[in-house]
Amino acid sequence: MSFEMLIAFIQQSVRLSSTLLLGSTGEIITEKSGNLNLGTPGIMASGAISGIIGAYFYTKSGIPFNPIVSILITFGCAIIGALLTTLIYCFLTITLKTNQNVTGLALTTFGIGISNFIGSLINGKMGGTGIAAFPEIGEAYRATLPFADKLGVFGKIFLSYGFMTYLGIIIAVIVAFVITKTRVGLNLRAVGENPATADAAGINVNRYKYTATCLGGIISGLGGLCYVMDFAAANWQNNILDQFGWLAVALVIFAVWRPNIAVFGSIIFGALYVIGPFILGLSNKSQELIKILPYLVTIVVLVIVSIRDKKENQPPQSLGLAYFREER
Amino acid sequence: MADIKIKQKEPLIHITKRDDVSFAKSIIIHLIGIAVALVLSSLLIISVTGENPLKLFKAMYEGVIGTPAANMGINKKYMESIHIGAILLCISLAVTPAFKMKFWNIGAEGQVLMGCLASAYCMLEFGGMVDNTVLLIIMLLASILVGAIWAVIPAICKALWNTNETLFTLMMNYVAMTLVSYFIMIKDRSGRSDLGILNERTGYGYLPDLFGMNYIFNILIVAGVVVFMFIYLKYSKQGYEISVVGESENTARYIGINVKKVIIRTVAISGAICGLVGFMIVAGDKHSIKPDIVGGQGFTAIMVSWMAKFNPIIMIPVSLLIVFLSVGSKFATSAFKVDNSIGDILTAIVIFSIIACEFFTRYKVNFRKFGKED
Repeated sequence: MSFEMLIAFIQQSVRLSSTLLLGSTGEIITEKSGNLNLGTPGIMASGAISGIIGAYFYTKSGIPFNPIVSILITFGCAIIGALLTTLIYCFLTITLKTNQNVTGLALTTFGIGISNFIGSLINGKMGGTGIAAFPEIGEAYRATLPFADKLGVFGKIFLSYGFMTYLGIIIAVIVAFVITKTRVGLNLRAVGENPATADAAGINVNRYKYTATCLGGIISGLGGLCYVMDFAAANWQNNILDQFGWLAVALVIFAVWRPNIAVFGSIIFGALYVIGPFILGLSNKSQELIKILPYLVTIVVLVIVSIRDKKENQPPQSLGLAYFREER
Repeated sequence: MADIKIKQKEPLIHITKRDDVSFAKSIIIHLIGIAVALVLSSLLIISVTGENPLKLFKAMYEGVIGTPAANMGINKKYMESIHIGAILLCISLAVTPAFKMKFWNIGAEGQVLMGCLASAYCMLEFGGMVDNTVLLIIMLLASILVGAIWAVIPAICKALWNTNETLFTLMMNYVAMTLVSYFIMIKDRSGRSDLGILNERTGYGYLPDLFGMNYIFNILIVAGVVVFMFIYLKYSKQGYEISVVGESENTARYIGINVKKVIIRTVAISGAICGLVGFMIVAGDKHSIKPDIVGGQGFTAIMVSWMAKFNPIIMIPVSLLIVFLSVGSKFATSAFKVDNSIGDILTAIVIFSIIACEFFTRYKVNFRKFGKED
């Protein structure tokens, strides 16, 4: 691999990593409250398509294009879209105490379905060329600091990304801090480990679960937005986000429920995902086989963590279980 | 100090647990749920297409049952729909024993796919070398074995180290999909990354048509699996062990059940039936192999099994309902020129409603009585 290719490889990996990082940071917050949200791929897709909806109406409205306004609009739309989808999950699993696995899978079907549906609708409205593309907005998302090019290799590796990449890392670091170092984080972990104890200690379990799941959903949704706007340069493609959604869920395990580890984990996952074309002389077959690696690595981590059985590396104890006061 | 009486307000809504809900009441609650789902979907259809939803539902009906003209030949439309329902039903049956044990196997998609892969491999390797019946038996055994192995790997880790099976089986799905893509690339000589129809000219490893209808073999197999699973879960000793382990592992241990053995055995059965489905898909229907050949049915089956409360008989109408929605909307959407992903949306809405119903069968909602003063 030549030097330029190495840099291009690092850039590609980091670009993809922010999608995975945001997705899994959201899922970590959710899982810390004891909710295993398997609807993450659906939520990411709905966040992404909401951004596209915003982009469509903004470009159609005839208002002169402004990159900052376009980012604000798509960002806001993605947050609303992801929040609405997550609220379905929250209402069903927290208020109605339904099974989280089943609800989550149904939410994934729902989110992917609705994003494909709207995606095709917008494609059709935009001339039916097969892709809904908003190149200007993609450029706005991918804009780098003006002096990044002048800093040579350093600039290329660290500063050549759109703002979402840095935002993802900042969010992950803040979330890691809040979960481990603050009272709110302690309460949140208590809810996820043992809601009955948390309830007895005067913590409002349902409020924590709702807030954590909604916040997590919004962050995951931004991960979806990051993919379409930044990595795919504002081109919509059907059925693309579910694999990244599942990779984000896998990354949660890989990072043993710690967003700060997820920062590095996401870059590794991104690298494993994009490495194929960068290895010279690698046949298509082997490239295909390399795509297994993120999943295999996750399985290995999952098994090792369970064999070592260290308390601080375990999933939250009541993960996946509904809480009903009278059932204590 | 004045004696201040703090008036504690009773909450507006509070929830209590029901003891047991009668069968009739549970049916009524679920019918209301389905009705709500249909109203919601109709509203969605009106808002998107502006068409009368009744027209869409009629088109869906025609898409599932078929018009008389479409049902003349050997490829009968309703048989095709029943067959899709049968496949979904069979995967739902496969995941049920594991679920009953609270083993969250969400890897049915991958297990079925591995079954498909095993069948396709045998079709290509042994097609023409042995008699067709022998070939079919080899394919059947290979699929069942591979499906079982794919499921047992997470089960062993669960039994030995209590590894989280939900996440493990989920990952196994994607490993299986990548393996299938890899297999296709190895076997493919055309460079299209698509093997097309396997053994198209020779027909090696195809299940024969019976009584002048295709798919009948698969439907009969599934009927057999329904009966087997019903008896296995309800009347066999192993079925009893499964329910005890599902209710409480400690109780199971106390009464002398080897929990690890039960987990591994049950999940192996679950995976074996998934493998069988893979065989049915390749030998009796698609005669090809693709990474998305299972088409998400492995995930839908989990929801079907749950909605039917693990009862094999109730799973029949539930899977038919889901197939009506997905097949019907696929047909209807082409008539109305909307994207066929609306089928997924309708399915999800119905599933949301049905799982929400469960709340009303398990809990009772009490409102504050107005005008009640102390």
